[in-house]
Amino acid sequence: MLLDLSIHELNKGLDEKKFSSVELIEEAFSRIEQLNPVLNALITVREKEQVLQEARRADATRTEKTSVLHGLPFVLKDSYVTQGIQTTAASTILKDFIAPYNATVYQKLLNAGAILIGKANMDAWGHGASSENTDFGPVKNPWDTTRVPGGSTGGCAVAIAVRMCAFAIGEDTGGSIRNPSAWCNTSGLKVTYGRVSRYGCIAYASSFDTVGPMGKTAEDCAMVLEVIAGKDPYDATSSPHAVLAYGSAIQKPRPLVVGLPHEALGEGVDAEIVKGVKTTAALLEREGYTIKEISMPMLSYGVAVYYQIAPSETSSNLARYDGVRYGQGRDQFTDETKRRIMIGTYALSTGYADKFYHNALKARTLFIEAYKKAFESCDVLLMPVMPFHAPKLGELIADPLKNALTDALTTTQNPVGIPSLAVPIGFSSSGLPMGAQVVGPMFFEEKILSVGYRIQQLTEFHKKKPAL
Amino acid sequence: MSAISTKTTAHIASLANLPLSEKEIQTLTPQLDSVVSYTTKTSQLNTDAVEETAQVTGLENIFREDEVDTSRMFSQEEALANARQTHKGFFVVPAVLEER
Repeated sequence: MLLDLSIHELNKGLDEKKFSSVELIEEAFSRIEQLNPVLNALITVREKEQVLQEARRADATRTEKTSVLHGLPFVLKDSYVTQGIQTTAASTILKDFIAPYNATVYQKLLNAGAILIGKANMDAWGHGASSENTDFGPVKNPWDTTRVPGGSTGGCAVAIAVRMCAFAIGEDTGGSIRNPSAWCNTSGLKVTYGRVSRYGCIAYASSFDTVGPMGKTAEDCAMVLEVIAGKDPYDATSSPHAVLAYGSAIQKPRPLVVGLPHEALGEGVDAEIVKGVKTTAALLEREGYTIKEISMPMLSYGVAVYYQIAPSETSSNLARYDGVRYGQGRDQFTDETKRRIMIGTYALSTGYADKFYHNALKARTLFIEAYKKAFESCDVLLMPVMPFHAPKLGELIADPLKNALTDALTTTQNPVGIPSLAVPIGFSSSGLPMGAQVVGPMFFEEKILSVGYRIQQLTEFHKKKPAL
Repeated sequence: MSAISTKTTAHIASLANLPLSEKEIQTLTPQLDSVVSYTTKTSQLNTDAVEETAQVTGLENIFREDEVDTSRMFSQEEALANARQTHKGFFVVPAVLEER
């Protein structure tokens, strides 16, 4: 299949006229027509003839100067506004919403000549870890369609895994890119806070939200990152920090020190996942990386701190959905979204704000100090993404606390703002994908991507596809 | 002993402008309590001498010139396009003042 090829290989093939963008689009649509009714990965699929026209134009305008993303099909999590195209955040409240402007990340990809195929299903407003908290039907895991793909960016991970696109843009607030990447056997990057503009990204928790690339490999994520990163005058929190040529920077071999936090590899994490991470560490050690066992007790407070700050911020961000300027009424929020709004409202309310919200912001400072200390002796950290394997549909959405605890290993990075890359590291004894995350200091995406790239030179897990 | 009662839930729902039925209040209360109780785990941490962190950019006072950028302006039609109810070029809003 053409869409099995990496972004680098797709470019080579397009440059050498071995195939065309039109053929890539035809293949993507064929996969969508065959599999979207089963997997429910996409809420909106663009009109095929219009997309083919864009592909023909891409083929006609291709030069040696066009972007590496020129002519490649991609999907966006349906939390990004796309002018003239339905944007729902997977909620009934926005089911009729036609966005009047473009998110910066979308505009950048259009400017690069990439081709939007559709908008991906997700947990509404980013609220979830399974892509079941959606008003458009749950997304199914292509490795076992009785199971969840993870969330909240489930639709994108599935679309990549079954070749509905060459890459995708997801969003990570507490693990929402990394979680489905791990459970669907794809790669996904939670960037440094401020690395990529959030303008036009429907906000969940404004001080945690990140816009990030998802793809088949770390290298693909690096190539997309190069195009989407950078300061944006429309996003005051976007960083002036220099954008590197990530695609080439990650190929430089470097003997990094990789920390293994012991609290992320013990009780509470499935034994096969722990073994997978340790095996990966051993592989890196044979290649000249130094593996260092460290202790980070703060890691066990991730969910408790996250579930005070994120709901507080979402209760504020979702106040705008009052059915006046756009959208349906507030009675249309799902139960899980109502819970998160209410947890946040409670945490901010008179008599409780100091104990919950303000105290959580102090704990946030402790997280920052804990990671700072870890990065004094380590270049990057390696840890599992998920504490268990993809559950059956219905399990998590029925149990709010279990649902929250799914995020145990991915909720300390966002409050601190540090980047983390999820990559495949193997399969469970029942054939379910497992992922590890490579965590780094702020603005060191090239370090974590280089480790992911190296893991993918040493292993073949990321090349496996589901049987569908 | 639960921290959140149905009375609390109803109060929070009113603060959050969420219209909840009696049945929803009954169902949501123990669910909210279970998650909120879990989060009180943070009281185990010593935060006495610790400063709050509200955001992690390290940036301050990001300004722009006070100039109109017409390329970013909506026309009146564009601004009204997604509203459920409009009236002669205005948004229709729920009544704020009571009629005499």
